[in-house]
Amino acid sequence: MRRNVFAVSLVVAALLGSGGIAMKRQGFVASAQDKRTSTAEVKIDNFVFGPAAITVPVGTTVTWVNHDDIPHTVVSTEKVFKSKVLDTDEKFSYTFTKPGEYPYFCSIHPKMTGKVIVQ
Amino acid sequence: MAGKTKDEILHDHNDDGVDRRGFLKCMAWAGTGAFCVMQGGVLKSYSMSRVAEMNPGEMKGELSFVQISDSHMGFNKAANPDVAATLQAAVGKINALSAPPEFLLHTGDISHLSKPEEFDGVEQILKSASAKDVFYVPGEHDVLNDDGKGYLERYGKAAQPGGWYSFEKKGVHFVGLVNVMNLKAGGLGSLGNDQLEWLEKDVKHLKSSTPIVVFAHIPLWAVYPEWGWGTDDSAQALGYMKKFGSVTVLNGHIHQTMQKVEGNVTFHTACSTAFPQPKPGEAPSPGPMKVPAEQLRSVLGITDVNYVRGQHALAVVDSTLA
Repeated sequence: MRRNVFAVSLVVAALLGSGGIAMKRQGFVASAQDKRTSTAEVKIDNFVFGPAAITVPVGTTVTWVNHDDIPHTVVSTEKVFKSKVLDTDEKFSYTFTKPGEYPYFCSIHPKMTGKVIVQ
Repeated sequence: MAGKTKDEILHDHNDDGVDRRGFLKCMAWAGTGAFCVMQGGVLKSYSMSRVAEMNPGEMKGELSFVQISDSHMGFNKAANPDVAATLQAAVGKINALSAPPEFLLHTGDISHLSKPEEFDGVEQILKSASAKDVFYVPGEHDVLNDDGKGYLERYGKAAQPGGWYSFEKKGVHFVGLVNVMNLKAGGLGSLGNDQLEWLEKDVKHLKSSTPIVVFAHIPLWAVYPEWGWGTDDSAQALGYMKKFGSVTVLNGHIHQTMQKVEGNVTFHTACSTAFPQPKPGEAPSPGPMKVPAEQLRSVLGITDVNYVRGQHALAVVDSTLA
């Protein structure tokens, strides 16, 4: 049936200046306390964003991964960010540089909603 | 027919046409298909297994057309690695009908990822159908990334700017609606004010005796809102249809057949030609349902609709590809 990905992908985002990021895979988990390198992942599985709400420190790069057989999108309700269509196993990342609440949804299946809380 | 009422939908004489009374008078699930005929305000529905017992005359009319849906060209996952072959099989079914249908209706999700080559693939296969005219409405998979620009350039030339349109065939008024654009977080399918205004004007001048066929991708009734299977402002759209004696709504999206009657409106969803989806609530999500390869074609299908002039009857036949 559905592909279960048990291994958490360990992604370290190195911030280059304020906006741009470069990403590469590393063999360790980034410290959540280190604002410059923290990352988080939201899985899309069975038409659900998991976790639906995630709290992260400022500077965190959140990566969404679509594990469904159906394409999804990640679109900020307040138009802060918008992914391209993510087909199976495709990813989208966004780095949150300001505190606040960022509700988002899948524009193809708008019943799918989630929230990123940046502190 | 006595003793067989379980397979029949009887007309529900609600006046409002839009409330939830009489909900789900009949469900005909994927693989079983249904033949519906509305006569003198009474609609009856028959499972496909019973169509063979029926007098062929009951299925004939002055106008017949075929609905296909959810071809998802480009999809290649386990639920159906060859959606082109199953669409081709659907065309084979169409071409095997005793009388060629007047035209085809495609109720959306033509493509899987809105790619030009996916639309091309569907058009190529449909060229071999006995009916040459195809009327499309978009599914959400047809308007990805570009707000539907690619779809509208291809299929929307004769339509209103938003892609919706209407046409007449042999006294039947057909309305193709778009309910997959500008969807809002937490919401369902959406028609939007511009389209609703147009629709009100479009049907206003028609005589109440005109049979109406409305087709759109996402169901225009609340099939299962928890999975997004409904349209937020469909009640307003159907409100404009209250004066008509015969309104049939054809949808796709849910990849299974389902029917119900509300007042003067008969709702019908068609199978996908690509892959089945689970019954509402019977799976963690509405994702593609994987069935053994030998069963796949029994849960895919086409819908054959017959209009009998003078009786305001629309006969809907869902046939599987098996």
